[in-house]
Amino acid sequence: MTDATDRPRLRVATAWLGGCSGCHMSFLDLDEWLFDLHERADLVFGPLTDVKTFPDDVDLTLVEGAVTNEDNLELARAIRANSRVVASFGDCAVTGNVTALRNGMGEPQAMLERVYVEHPDLAGVLPTEVVPGLLPTAQPLHETITVDVYLPGCPPSADRIRTALIALLDALSNGHPLPDEWRGPEDLTFGN
Amino acid sequence: MHDIHLIDPVTRIEGHAKITLHLDEGGSVADARFHVTEFRGFEDFCRGRPVSEMPGLTARTCGICPVSHLLASAKAVDAIHALTVPPAARLQRQLANLGQIVQSHVLSFFHLSAPDLLLGMDADPATRNVFGLMQAEPELVRRGVRLRQFGQEVIAAVAGERIHGKGIVPGGVAEPFTTAQRDGIRARLDEALTAATDTWQLLESILDGFTREIGVFGDFPSLYLAHCRPDGTWEHYEGGLRVVDADGAIVVDQLDPADYRQYLGEAANPDSYLKSPYWKALVPDDDPRPGMYRVGPLARINVAERFGTPIADGLLDEFRSRVGRVVSSAFHYHAARILEVIASIELIGRLLDDPVLLESRVRAQGGVNALRGVGASEAPRGTLFHDYRVDGDGMVTDVNLIIATGQNELAMNRTILEIAREFVDGPSLSDGVLNRVEAGIRAYDPCLSCSTHALGQMPMSLELLDPQGRQVCEVHRH
Ligand code: SF4
Repeated sequence: MTDATDRPRLRVATAWLGGCSGCHMSFLDLDEWLFDLHERADLVFGPLTDVKTFPDDVDLTLVEGAVTNEDNLELARAIRANSRVVASFGDCAVTGNVTALRNGMGEPQAMLERVYVEHPDLAGVLPTEVVPGLLPTAQPLHETITVDVYLPGCPPSADRIRTALIALLDALSNGHPLPDEWRGPEDLTFGN
Repeated sequence: MHDIHLIDPVTRIEGHAKITLHLDEGGSVADARFHVTEFRGFEDFCRGRPVSEMPGLTARTCGICPVSHLLASAKAVDAIHALTVPPAARLQRQLANLGQIVQSHVLSFFHLSAPDLLLGMDADPATRNVFGLMQAEPELVRRGVRLRQFGQEVIAAVAGERIHGKGIVPGGVAEPFTTAQRDGIRARLDEALTAATDTWQLLESILDGFTREIGVFGDFPSLYLAHCRPDGTWEHYEGGLRVVDADGAIVVDQLDPADYRQYLGEAANPDSYLKSPYWKALVPDDDPRPGMYRVGPLARINVAERFGTPIADGLLDEFRSRVGRVVSSAFHYHAARILEVIASIELIGRLLDDPVLLESRVRAQGGVNALRGVGASEAPRGTLFHDYRVDGDGMVTDVNLIIATGQNELAMNRTILEIAREFVDGPSLSDGVLNRVEAGIRAYDPCLSCSTHALGQMPMSLELLDPQGRQVCEVHRH
């Protein structure tokens, strides 16, 4: 598929790790600008789509949430391996934020015991079957994979998301590398 | 039925949910399990923090219905402070909750379920999403996007932001409501109401195409629980709870949410991070399943006699004349949602006309006057309880959250069991079966973000096990 200038359409993904989905809701708060986005790019993966496996050859992935369990870690690695640009999308991805508050409570196992064994009315039981195990701590995304762009906020406002998307899509569709100042966790002030 | 222990999954799963179907000796589906795979630990890490932080913190349980958590949390803290919020604040909070019901239900319908309902259950998964729908039905999607925006703006007017605003606080709200805010929302009411009633007509026009799904998507008797006024009017923010049975008879009425532990139990599950709340009176032993009850839009229209608003009531009456007074198919959660959107817009209009809304006294101040507080309200997906205990300094010592989606856990399991029995034929699974099972779950609009917490359109894998727990077949959505 190509657009009017014969450039291939950009492939954008979003992912949801350990977060509240508020960053995704703020993405939907782009409202009618979502139609403009759809003009330029295909959304190829994310909680709004039915695609199960992270696809190949993605130009830009916005990652919401901290890396808190084994599934998150596996998905984060698949995202890095298949995305040109990875953005830490919101404070949970950028710093760990609320998702990382569990880190102060000690061992995950002890926490699960308190929530599932000591709390319920019937005989409590630990969820150990089928569900992915928790990592020892919930970590910001850049602790587990290399991150290119940081979009802070809890959630980032729709205005900030739009500013970032326009700049990133422009750079990607012109084939330019990202300006150096967008890279690195020290830059936490993308847009306004 | 054979009691089968799950094997560890052979392959890793992605996303936040998974389903397992168990076969009996005869090869028929004996049991079905829905697994939620996300855990964030709010009930644990909130302990030791100042209770005044709780609304802002627990709103981060869920970005889809943060207002519900803000409200239930603020109400729990109001109870600990033993104070009454000023009348204007009460109306502002109601306004925010109605905005929340609009935006969340519209998200569920347009952004998550409409691709199934309008493009078809068997449409190409690559485009069976809201962006595919933008291509196919741009004007329809624009209507939905603008309707969600309307709800979000109502929320922002009260809370300060669309998501995770700071405006709903213990004791009331942060700021008085302004005439400019009132007029801004009022100016969009007509468009919103037209969009909502058009959506109702659209849904009605396609129902005939889903007769088989309506028949098996969780069409079974259950209890229904929701807030309801003593006179039978629909309620979303305060007051007592009513429980009705499968025939619509009142089981109990005007229960105080603060006493929830007397009538609701919670069971933990070995294979899900989601707990299963149950109705205690129906559970004689360790198996919570007989205590299944349902919450959310379907429960609310079954519990209430009427919305108390003219347009929604007219449509509800007409709907009931066709499907019955008690609507039991979970497929009709979709219908209940759109009816609630219409009623909510009507009620928003009514609140805007109330001069009390603009009063300037909006916050009561208090300290710790009780060591425990329970706050409850109707979240879009059903009744939400926040229960806090504090020490004399107002530091949290214990937290229990009962989330709407969790309360539908037992019913969701029964729903996927019935869908699987209807559509699974032999030991192999097709992608079409997966789609139906998934859509049956989606009808409940589960907020796994809330319940420990994924969006309705979850990636899934489905596994078929024989009586010995061996994997017979596994299907992934690609
Ligand atoms: S950054 Fe905030 S809005 Fe985004 S997922 Fe985390 S808690 Fe939710």
